[in-house]
Amino acid sequence: MAGNKTIAIKNGYVFDPLNEIDGELMDIFVKDGKVVRELSSAEMKNAKTIDAKGMTVMPGGVDSHSHIAGAKVNGGRMMRPEDSYKWNRKKTPFTHSGTGYTVPSVYLEGYQYSQMGYTTVFEAAVPPLEARHTHEEMRSIPMIDTGGYLVLGNNWFLMRYLRDGEIERAANYVAWMMRTHKTYGIKCVNPAGVENWGWAENIGALDEANIHFGVTPREMIHGLCEINELLGLPMSMHLHCNNLGQPGCFEITKDSLEIPSQIKTKQNLDVEWAETKVDSKRKQSVYLTHAQFNSFGGTSWGDFESGTKAIIDHVNQTDYIVMDSGCVPFGEATVMTGDGPAIHNLYKLTGNKWSNTDVEMECGSGILPFTYLKSNPIHSVQWAMGLEILLLVKDVWKSIMTTDHPNGGTFLKYPNILAWLMSQEAREATFNECHQWARDRSDLGTVDREMSLYDIAVLTRANPARTVGISHRKGSLGIGADGDVTIYNMDPTNLDTRDYENLVSNFSQAEYTIKDGGIVSRKGEIVAIPQKRTYYADVTVNEQGEKDMLADVKEWFKYYTVGFAHYPTPDSYLMNPTPIKINAEG
Amino acid sequence: MEEVTLTPKGEIDIMVEAEVITPDTFATKSANEIENLVVWQGSHELPLSGFFDVKGKGGSSAKETSIVIEGDVTRVKRIGEGMTGGSIVINGSAGMHTGSGMNGGEIVVNGNADAWAGMEMKGGFLHITGDAGDHAGCAYRGSWHGMTGGKLVIDGSALSQVGGGMSGGVIEVAGSVQNFCGIRQNSGLIIVKGDAVRTVGAEMSGGTIVVVGTITNFLPGFEYTDTESDLTFDDIVCQGEFKKFAGDHAIVTQTKGALYVSKNANEDL
Repeated sequence: MAGNKTIAIKNGYVFDPLNEIDGELMDIFVKDGKVVRELSSAEMKNAKTIDAKGMTVMPGGVDSHSHIAGAKVNGGRMMRPEDSYKWNRKKTPFTHSGTGYTVPSVYLEGYQYSQMGYTTVFEAAVPPLEARHTHEEMRSIPMIDTGGYLVLGNNWFLMRYLRDGEIERAANYVAWMMRTHKTYGIKCVNPAGVENWGWAENIGALDEANIHFGVTPREMIHGLCEINELLGLPMSMHLHCNNLGQPGCFEITKDSLEIPSQIKTKQNLDVEWAETKVDSKRKQSVYLTHAQFNSFGGTSWGDFESGTKAIIDHVNQTDYIVMDSGCVPFGEATVMTGDGPAIHNLYKLTGNKWSNTDVEMECGSGILPFTYLKSNPIHSVQWAMGLEILLLVKDVWKSIMTTDHPNGGTFLKYPNILAWLMSQEAREATFNECHQWARDRSDLGTVDREMSLYDIAVLTRANPARTVGISHRKGSLGIGADGDVTIYNMDPTNLDTRDYENLVSNFSQAEYTIKDGGIVSRKGEIVAIPQKRTYYADVTVNEQGEKDMLADVKEWFKYYTVGFAHYPTPDSYLMNPTPIKINAEG
Repeated sequence: MEEVTLTPKGEIDIMVEAEVITPDTFATKSANEIENLVVWQGSHELPLSGFFDVKGKGGSSAKETSIVIEGDVTRVKRIGEGMTGGSIVINGSAGMHTGSGMNGGEIVVNGNADAWAGMEMKGGFLHITGDAGDHAGCAYRGSWHGMTGGKLVIDGSALSQVGGGMSGGVIEVAGSVQNFCGIRQNSGLIIVKGDAVRTVGAEMSGGTIVVVGTITNFLPGFEYTDTESDLTFDDIVCQGEFKKFAGDHAIVTQTKGALYVSKNANEDL
């Protein structure tokens, strides 16, 4: 790819968990955009050299769950002029102007992620019919590589195939859909429930059959996890459970997580793997998202409490689950999800402005502005819950730090979350500012764990990359990995975690963000606009199987408002389309 | 107290965004430094001296700084935005967003003010001796939380959306208003001495609105509760008999909103 650079990063303290490098003083070399063992003296002459003495060096940040592009993100922008009015950035000779705090414009998203040291971000929910729109936005997000997860938990074809036990036809359909919409993995939102929402109903139990299709959440979760491993996709099935956001929902979450316990993980990528010391193939067969929103305890808002313990215990005792936190860092948010009924519940609670969409044969969505207040007892418990999920899961390789941007809060608050994870003093300071329920109704107050920079590198680099199956090129500084590097101006040998404000400011503004071997951001200033890639899963399946499946799909396609020929997303909608080859036959 | 005088240099075509014209920004600055403050005109950043002659200097703080603008600035936006103290006197008409989000001090517009005067103001005193445009003392588009404090006095009339989303403070209009006065108001006080056309207090959930004149089209979501005479709100007195209504029940399930209208001027109610 044009613009790939050669660079030497010298004397930094390197944190590269996939290579078990924990703050070792060493040099990192990138040649033509890829990490190499060393540079020859001739190559060194032409290389850019950075002296990272006294600084922290990590692989570029990877966000495995964020809402940055597509119909509902744009819906949020349209609904919220007040979100843009007070948050804007002027253009520079390199960069566009932009606006928006919780729902930033595409350019701002790229610049702001890059400033914090991120180089790869995945859009968490792409309704198939909105794939074109999503790609149109993703290709305009500068600085970061992107990909999107396809929303399939209430898809008419899959509900029918899974109800009828036609697992192979369902798998062929998913493989075709990934290629057709140039998407990366399977997302399952309120399985079987969003379909009921089309009839103003929801679903409350795993074995409740939905309207017309008669399929249960259990069948959808099991079916999609099974398909995922039949195909050998990069990421495991990505699950947003039923009853999300309702007191007591931890129970259905725990039961949902049991469903794939016997499904064997099989990731079957036909790619070049960067050298890593730790096996960088994913271990999990289910990836639970925004666990905080799925772990509400109590039976009402009156006796609301953290319900994370049951989920965390289950994750601690097993080895097939990874979850991201969906932290709530307080402040402005815009809640947006494919879970239409969950947003309707919030509308009834708050009376805020609300938008709802039905995506004909596929899914739905809802959007609502929301403010998390320290004075609010529920919000304060939610703040504690997000941190519990990250601090009480013993093996850091089972969790990922997110805010489910912009649902729990904007990604701009990641630095605050990292500070809370690293500093008990930071947590105490917030406990003292927020509602007493945070202490009384969660276990966070009893936690004295303070995460290391190595843990942070797992939570924000190595593990998101491995969990979503992009670790063959991202999330490590192994030989052959993409030359994406973050340098923070923090000396790990002399780091005072009591000074948490300093942590926040350092994580907010990387000293250097390097993408494909080129410096793209320097102390918060964008200095170059790199090329970017869009990843998608390119699954090869049995030809006859695909033909049979397509004959059936075409027959049912008459119920769509679009013609079959207009359904696929062409390559031209993607910036540097980068298929990840998967051989389902293998 | 130091005084800075700004004299407009002539006609302005594309509107100028001049949120730098506040006692806060001018404080401690010399005339030359003030001349070099940057304002946007369209996509260009230009020095304030491109539009104004500057005389005088800033005081030691915002409170110690007063600004006098000698002339018409209808094409200059955001004068006094977010100011916390001191004073601005505009001897002429003012542009959009005058006193937006102001938090303290005083602005006097000796003329008319264009739309969004006192938008989301938090404190201080904004006095418009002429008429105001739309959205006076209102929340920004999309926001449901407008003015939270301070006082906005309009000696003339105002157009639509006065006090939209109001959460605190006082608005007093000596003349009349158009539509949607006090829409989504949840606290605070709006007094209209003249008439209103329609949708007064639409979706209001708290706070008080007084219309001393006639409301042409009264909303159906309000319920008559009482009749009161000679209303007094601190230093503001509204004489005569008033019908008191609670609302807006049409949209809001629980509302503490109170709407007073003149009994004599609204005989059909």
